[in-house]
Amino acid sequence: MMSRTDCLKEIAILRGDALVVAVYSTAFEWIGISPHPLNFLSIGAMGQASSSALGFAIGLPDRRIIVLDGDGSLLMNLGSLVTIAGVAPANLTHFVCQNGCYEANGDHPIPGQDKVSFTGFARAAGYRVVTEFFDLDTLRVALPDFMQERGPSFAALHVQAGEKPTLDYSLMDGADARRAFQASLDVIVSHSS
Amino acid sequence: MSLHSTTTELLNGRAIIGAMREAGLRTVVALPDITTSAGLLWPISKEPDINLVRICKEDEGVSICAALALCRKRSALLMQQTGLFDSLNAVRGIAMEYKLPVCMFVGLLGKEPGVPPPQNKKYSVRVVQPVLDVMEVPTLCVEDDGDIAKIVPAVDRAYAESRPLVVLFGRKVQP
Repeated sequence: MMSRTDCLKEIAILRGDALVVAVYSTAFEWIGISPHPLNFLSIGAMGQASSSALGFAIGLPDRRIIVLDGDGSLLMNLGSLVTIAGVAPANLTHFVCQNGCYEANGDHPIPGQDKVSFTGFARAAGYRVVTEFFDLDTLRVALPDFMQERGPSFAALHVQAGEKPTLDYSLMDGADARRAFQASLDVIVSHSS
Repeated sequence: MSLHSTTTELLNGRAIIGAMREAGLRTVVALPDITTSAGLLWPISKEPDINLVRICKEDEGVSICAALALCRKRSALLMQQTGLFDSLNAVRGIAMEYKLPVCMFVGLLGKEPGVPPPQNKKYSVRVVQPVLDVMEVPTLCVEDDGDIAKIVPAVDRAYAESRPLVVLFGRKVQP
């Protein structure tokens, strides 16, 4: 079992200029670890991160899109795995931080906490590459190649609940944050059109 | 009024697709809806210049269209009103609260042709507009072919003002 903080630090080292979609507790940690204008914090409607990431992957086909999903979040939108596999965006890398609980909502366990296999879901849905990581040493070795894989690629990160960040949602989806994200995206879009 | 529409009661699908193209809606995200299946979704699936994304559940489409809007790409979510009801939290949390131009094209299953949606006998039709009104989501009801011309300005307005739009199809659409 890994610390989510450690996992996110490894991903941050390799993110390059990727657009990153992150959810809830992971997102709060992520903006501290990897502050970047192309962080899209998906907290408007739980479960929608993977679908938002697919929209970005379609809209920005030349840019790597990373989604830092949660297990509870993904359970709300399992069909998105099938949709993503159907569209098969080569630029989409999907991580799920599997801590087995709804951390932002009181640490209650997810249904089927000790039975569910997210890699099983992703594999059955038709993701091109599917893997999972249980320890940091293995993650460090494998992550550079994994993040270069042609997508859609999927990795379950078996993590303990992270440090408890302060949940100031205005930092993440307030009007200023949304304007800054749009401005950064507009620069990319203007250069690609 | 008969539930079986005559040809003259059907909406012109080619004209609607033409309006969608004129409005710049180059990606259509969809789940099948029997009201628009033959007249819109099947023809759109054969249009080479429209990118069709088939989804498993309608709220996925709200997020996909919202992200495309952030990428300055226009898209439409095609679905039935039942799917719209299922997506209301995404409409609230993403389209409305983030003020994004998510354009939803919604077939009204079971609507009595010629009867305004709020006056229909069917609960599932009658409550659509009141629910959207309470949520402050703008709507356009396409009841006959004369209303198709309103689609392009309504979509343009949605993008200009960065807010969602629901286009309600009040009759079955023919190819």
